[in-house]
Amino acid sequence: MLATRAIADQLAHKDAVKGRSLWADARTRFFRNKAAVGGLIVLLLVGLFALIGPFIAPWDYEEIDWSVLGRVAEAGRPSLETGHWFGTDPLGRDLFARTVQGTQISLMVGIVGAFIAVIVGTFYGAVAGYFGGRVDNVMMRIVDVLMSIPYMFVLILLLVVFGRSMLMLFIGIGLVSWLDMARIARGQTLTLRNKEFVEAAVATGVGPFTIILRHIVPNLLGVVIVYATLLVPSMIIYESFISFLGLGVQEPLTSWGALISEGSGEMVNGTLWMLLVPLFFFVVTLFGFFFVGDGLRDALDPKDR
Amino acid sequence: MFTFIFKRLLIAIPVLLILIVGTFILMYAAPGSPFATERGVPPAVLANLERQYGLDQPFYVQIWRYIWGIVSDFDFGPSFIYRDQDVNDLIAQGFPVTLTYGFWSFVVAVLVGGTLGIIAAIRHNTWLDYLAVGISIGAQVLPNFVLAPILVLIFTLWLGWLPGGGWQGGQWQYVILPVIALSTSFMASIARIARASMLEVLTSNFIRTARAKGLPMRRIVLRHALKPALLPVISYLGPAFVGMITGSVVIDIYFSTGGIGQFFVASALNRDYGVMMGITVLLGALTIFFNLVVDILYAWIDPKIRY
Repeated sequence: MLATRAIADQLAHKDAVKGRSLWADARTRFFRNKAAVGGLIVLLLVGLFALIGPFIAPWDYEEIDWSVLGRVAEAGRPSLETGHWFGTDPLGRDLFARTVQGTQISLMVGIVGAFIAVIVGTFYGAVAGYFGGRVDNVMMRIVDVLMSIPYMFVLILLLVVFGRSMLMLFIGIGLVSWLDMARIARGQTLTLRNKEFVEAAVATGVGPFTIILRHIVPNLLGVVIVYATLLVPSMIIYESFISFLGLGVQEPLTSWGALISEGSGEMVNGTLWMLLVPLFFFVVTLFGFFFVGDGLRDALDPKDR
Repeated sequence: MFTFIFKRLLIAIPVLLILIVGTFILMYAAPGSPFATERGVPPAVLANLERQYGLDQPFYVQIWRYIWGIVSDFDFGPSFIYRDQDVNDLIAQGFPVTLTYGFWSFVVAVLVGGTLGIIAAIRHNTWLDYLAVGISIGAQVLPNFVLAPILVLIFTLWLGWLPGGGWQGGQWQYVILPVIALSTSFMASIARIARASMLEVLTSNFIRTARAKGLPMRRIVLRHALKPALLPVISYLGPAFVGMITGSVVIDIYFSTGGIGQFFVASALNRDYGVMMGITVLLGALTIFFNLVVDILYAWIDPKIRY
């Protein structure tokens, strides 16, 4: 009797076993994945490059080095002495500074585009999935309609009609990027809608929009985050595509797509670095995002625990 | 089945109308006259020009004329920049080119991608599998506008095997690089999708049954596994088609193949609204039509789809 009492006392004073949350679990699994961690490091380095690059670059991205103009193929090649670490572009502007600037724009477009997609798409999909029935039908039909339009042409149309600007680019990309996200969020919401905690919330008289914001959306986060990491590179690809055609950002500003386009036009002259430098950053960053996205998917997927 | 096709048509037609009306409104709302130049045009001349192109009419008359022109005569209207050419001429000139390399790209992407994915799944976790996965990951970060310069660099500048641009009536040397540049990323996606779905099918019960009764592997794959494994690939064909249409713009620009994308970008840079609108509407209609075909194909092949 006494012994049981002692054990009961002991148990009562012992701290509760610490539960492992989904996120803590996911974190350990993510950091065990070498490719994902590698991707994350690469992304951090690229981000750092974009942030501190302007402060360490000896040249400005608009500044023309008159001493190399006209003989860019010899004098403009990458070297430490001239301060053109990545060489110059055909107009004698420093490629290091321009790459830094292009990286800033490309990353910004990617992140802002994905951000718009996350906000609009998640909410749209959650509302459609939660209400179901006719609301769902109409909302998803709209998504279907928008999806079957060749958005790239419409985007170019928008840029031409309303003038090329960063704002227009963001609006154009934001207009189409949320469609996939809305579908994914809706699919998830359909399964969440019938869970007990939603039923409990309904029974206690919580309004539908509060339920969506407080109970549905937090449960969507895992899927949304994974998809958002994969969305950033595709936004970067869109922007680069448009800039490649010469319809995106305007001089003197630049982006990876514009730099690649410029470099590919110049490679006949033997100035290969103009193509290879932006290409390297483009490829490496996309790889980084894809690996991180895959890692997150593996880490957050409750199926293989 | 017929009700299904009918229903899908009922959706496709309004989508097309929305696209036409939407682009038209955009063009209508565009600031400035399409004929205004930097030198300035006398107002009387401007008014005459606008009357000639029917731009002085009220909005609903203009849009009605435009839609009716497309529906009745397949007439996409005039170019606002080139007096002697209308949009139909440009389409007639560029479309066969785009269609040629687009068709081959599509064939290559589906056949090579599908084969690669299925072989990778059958030889799961062998070097063939790793090779296929490696290729598809690599191709993911090489969209057409990145791949095109690399291809030209290697095959034209360094090796000198293939011409780096031009069309020459579609001789095979001129078609190869555009096709590779356009098809690679879609081939990779198709390979990835086919591999994943084949792996899933191969572990399912009916395949185990087929193995248990002693069928040879070749027969299992060809007769039982192939059809269900290719379903997800079919549903990807719609987006792939859209992607290729979009990608053709890059191909036309980079390889100077003279396809329809070249006119589109040229008109975008010239602010030639008539041509832009015409090409957008035509390609939009094509996309919608192709999605329709894919949907019907899918419903026809997949017995699980109810319609």
